[in-house]
Amino acid sequence: MDVNPKAPAPFPGEVIQTPGGGILVSRMDQVINWARSNSLWPLVFGTSCCAIEMMSTAAAKYDWSRFGFEVARATPRQADVIIIAGTIVNKMAPVLKRLYDQMAEPKYVIAMGACATSGGPFFYNTYSVVKGADHIIPVDVYIAGCPPRPEALIHAMLSLQEKIKSGMTREQIKMEKPEQSF
Amino acid sequence: MTREELQNSLPDLAPGATFEEGGEWLNMNVTAESWKAVSHALKFTAGFDFDYLFCLTCVDWKTHLTMVYHLTSTTHRHNMVVKIKLDRTKPEVETVCDTWRTAEFHEREVFELFGVVFLNHPDLRNLILPDVWDGFPLRKDYEDPINMIKL
Repeated sequence: MDVNPKAPAPFPGEVIQTPGGGILVSRMDQVINWARSNSLWPLVFGTSCCAIEMMSTAAAKYDWSRFGFEVARATPRQADVIIIAGTIVNKMAPVLKRLYDQMAEPKYVIAMGACATSGGPFFYNTYSVVKGADHIIPVDVYIAGCPPRPEALIHAMLSLQEKIKSGMTREQIKMEKPEQSF
Repeated sequence: MTREELQNSLPDLAPGATFEEGGEWLNMNVTAESWKAVSHALKFTAGFDFDYLFCLTCVDWKTHLTMVYHLTSTTHRHNMVVKIKLDRTKPEVETVCDTWRTAEFHEREVFELFGVVFLNHPDLRNLILPDVWDGFPLRKDYEDPINMIKL
């Protein structure tokens, strides 16, 4: 996915100039997606060292509030996106599933780092680690790295925003094409 | 006390103990039968005062298990390591949680992961693993064909 750092996506629609101002013509879906993508509230969820990088991303130096992510919520009921920052073990898997189920739709998932993507360093010879969080919940954006740098997390967040702006939510697709399974 | 002073005076507390060369700290080997009395003496004998058990773990050598206790004294600032060789088929050793309270949880962890039974432990059950669990995951011959991808 191409994320152009120079020009943020403008407000969707076009302005028709009229005397004394203008009229904005746009599509409701696009405006809703634009609003959604610019105010994503992440869930406070970190299971290992990736969480340190996530906290660094939230802090002053990287400051994810520049992209609308600043309102980290301690309850899944108020969160829009869950950043799986760390290893998911078999004992944590049902907890992660429950947190995801408790989030209100539309909801998004970022798998941060090697552990959340595939089990990473714990792929072989481990009895306790889930080999990728996508065995538990659907993932929208994956980040490579162990742990990824804050720039990589911000890139993933911008990619998620692009994804939200570019089309329908998972729930909308489900309603239109119920025969497809996700 | 220095390492040499400890090694010279420890045989009074632990008769029959042997010492290993090398390592950062003094290594003492004792038998499982004598460990209860030795642990008590190490903590409460003046001059030794090993009042802090800062690491309790186990090693699987495939032929036998070894319990490893790292001790330090907060007053004298000296350290030592105690090792106990255990039979792999029936690993049993006395608990030390009445001497060092912290051992209670650490012994539960060693119990679930290595299968070492701590005699007279007040609450010996799984700490982190689910209550129903087969096998001892940190033993070298542990197999889990469902969750483990062997390399």
